Amino acid sequence: MNDAVNIRIAGFGGQGVMMAGQILAYAATSEDLNGLWSPSYGPETRGGTANCAVIVSKKPINSPVFLKSHHLLAFNYPSLIKFMDRVKQGGFILYNNSLVSETVLVEGVEVIGVPINDIALELGSIQVINMVMLGAYLEKSKIFEDSTIHKVLAYVLGERKAHMVELNVKAIEAGRDFIRKQGLIHA
Amino acid sequence: MPKVLMKGNEAIGLAAVLGGCDAFYGYPITPQNEIPEYLSKYMIEHNKVFVQAESEVAAINMVYGAAGAGKRVMTSSSSPGIALKQEGISYITGAELPCLIVSVMRGGPGLGGIQPSQADYYQATRGGGNGDYHVIVFAPETIQETIDIIKESFDIADYYRNPVMVLVDGLLGQMMESVDLNKPIKKRFLPPKDWATNGMKNHSGRNVVSSLNIDPQKLENHNLKLQAKYQNVIKNETRFECINMEKAEYVIVAYGTMSRIVRSALEVLKEKGINVGLIRPISLWPFPKEAFKQIPSNIKGILCTEMSLGQMLDDVLIANNGKHPVGFFGRTGGMIPEVEEVVRAIERFQETVVK
Amino acid sequence: MAVKYQKSAGLTDNALTYCPGCTHGIVHKLVGECLVELGLLPDTIGIASVGCSVFSYDFFNCDMQQAPHGRACAVATGIKRVLPDNIIFTYQGDGDLASIGIAETIHAANRGENITVIFVNNAIYGMTGGQMAPTSLIGQKTTTSPFGRVLQQHGSPIKVSEMFATIDGVAYLERVTVTTPKHIRNAKKAIKKAFQYQQEKRGFTMVEILSTCPVNWGIKPVDSLKWLEEHMIPVFPLKLFKDTGEFHE
Repeated sequence: MNDAVNIRIAGFGGQGVMMAGQILAYAATSEDLNGLWSPSYGPETRGGTANCAVIVSKKPINSPVFLKSHHLLAFNYPSLIKFMDRVKQGGFILYNNSLVSETVLVEGVEVIGVPINDIALELGSIQVINMVMLGAYLEKSKIFEDSTIHKVLAYVLGERKAHMVELNVKAIEAGRDFIRKQGLIHA
Repeated sequence: MPKVLMKGNEAIGLAAVLGGCDAFYGYPITPQNEIPEYLSKYMIEHNKVFVQAESEVAAINMVYGAAGAGKRVMTSSSSPGIALKQEGISYITGAELPCLIVSVMRGGPGLGGIQPSQADYYQATRGGGNGDYHVIVFAPETIQETIDIIKESFDIADYYRNPVMVLVDGLLGQMMESVDLNKPIKKRFLPPKDWATNGMKNHSGRNVVSSLNIDPQKLENHNLKLQAKYQNVIKNETRFECINMEKAEYVIVAYGTMSRIVRSALEVLKEKGINVGLIRPISLWPFPKEAFKQIPSNIKGILCTEMSLGQMLDDVLIANNGKHPVGFFGRTGGMIPEVEEVVRAIERFQETVVK
Repeated sequence: MAVKYQKSAGLTDNALTYCPGCTHGIVHKLVGECLVELGLLPDTIGIASVGCSVFSYDFFNCDMQQAPHGRACAVATGIKRVLPDNIIFTYQGDGDLASIGIAETIHAANRGENITVIFVNNAIYGMTGGQMAPTSLIGQKTTTSPFGRVLQQHGSPIKVSEMFATIDGVAYLERVTVTTPKHIRNAKKAIKKAFQYQQEKRGFTMVEILSTCPVNWGIKPVDSLKWLEEHMIPVFPLKLFKDTGEFHE
């Protein structure tokens, strides 16, 4: 891992964008790194635009805001268009190509479509698209071990939603799997 | 103790409890709602007091009452709500009562917006209440520093019998960071609260909490006593941090979220071959004038940066006393500047100073 | 020689600052006596408000706080919540309670705060020099209603007790006056009951006391008592508005 990684996660309100970001910040904290999560909501919480910024850093974090991120996870078309030019050279974008049909090219940035809606529906729950995206991201970035993420998931879901852990773990694995297979195709 | 990830507003609530908070009185307002929400559960579960008042005005007066009764009490609010509390704050300082006020700033004036801002520097350090009074104001830059300062705030308030305000912007309230809740705080000798109105069975004679002094000579004497106290606060509680001052060509002054953005900008500027220092006031009142003594005499200028259109700038101009050229950069209304904007601000400032 | 009458130990030795003929002094005495007779002085914290009774923190012989204008019930709430076993009362006039402080008072009542409010209604702002109060009567001339209170312009006198009678958190509410020895005895009973109910932690208690202001009314003290009975009582009838009844453990 670099000394610091900036991640932007964006989509519609209700797509689980905020939670995906928080899991990364919790994971950083759990591995004794510095994690920072900051939210930005559009005028409407549900259905409007929502995005969050996550910083994972070995050193204390200075600016909580950043213009360009290393990584962008775009859950819908408006988010992709809004933030695709704000990814650093050498970084990558994962976008939801269940909802975005066009092919996107950004110079110096790797762009990968992940059909998170389709994968989530195959698992039987559209609600876990955020976990599919998170899985894809974890596989692509190699930022955290699965054991850390599982621990964080159990904490974030709490006792009340403990029964949801299994489905979420499955969704993360499905996201990872998609990236793994993609690697094979390219190879 | 390992670190935990906490939202700023929830950390404020928990830190207050760790600092010995007995009672919270508040009124909902964005972007600080997680403070009362967190405490509405925690305080009741721990047999402490939580009251959602009918207004900010009522809340600060409940604080006044409970502080007078000798308890450790707090309120929290955001910009328009803090405006409503000014009357009570003036009374609390006049009656010499300790309390904690947390102000989570949003854009103004008026109803303004709900995004982060630093446009309440005047409100915090000058206040809108009547009379010759001061509130001790701390402006932390991280959630960790917010926790550490809040844990100490009740001690400071009790020691001086004066309100302490912790001033953060909405970003610090809304974001989450890895924090250690168990950092030790400075131990202070705290005199017993023998002045508290907790019933005559608990002390000899009658205790009266009041800010009324109808005799002008008595009121002047009271104010002189307050001033002497404020001088002690200035002497003992002024806090600041100086960064990269030794070879600085320019010095930026910034607090809170803005100082973190500036820290990142200093790194970019260094790569560009421009050496810039940072004065970070931690106490806004008392304003750290002595930090300006650490500025090298050959610097080319001071740039004050704020998430407002220039409020701390007044204190910077006073502290600088005409010695160096002073410039200003700020965003307002809830706009958070990017690191790159601060870099450009220094570059532009460089051009004006050289001309 | 046997002592037939003496100043209540519930009051300090400070000389009252009220104008001659004003009935605040009687109300102070009754409150002081009730606190003494119930043995509550060592536990009591009183809240002085803004208005003529602003100096009452000098007169009641217990711990006292002086509250900002209208905020007495908020201050009382603050104290009561951290000291639930102490006795907390506010002493407020009609400007303080019914005008600037109506929100604080209503919400304290609605939360059922276990405090006692002594509400002195004399239909005028006394301390500031005789301005119109929310309780001033229709036609009543004051320094800010020189042509008399006009319904269409100023509204009608606000009936605080009638309004508070509708609030569930109120445990005891009575309107009394102090114009005659009989009325004074009734007023004392009401005040005592209010404090007893607070001791029993039954909720919000308030006694509205119709009072005179000879100086600002421009009427001699004795005539003021008569004016109160003839003009105020028809608008503000003496009445027990709410009593949650005898207490049973």
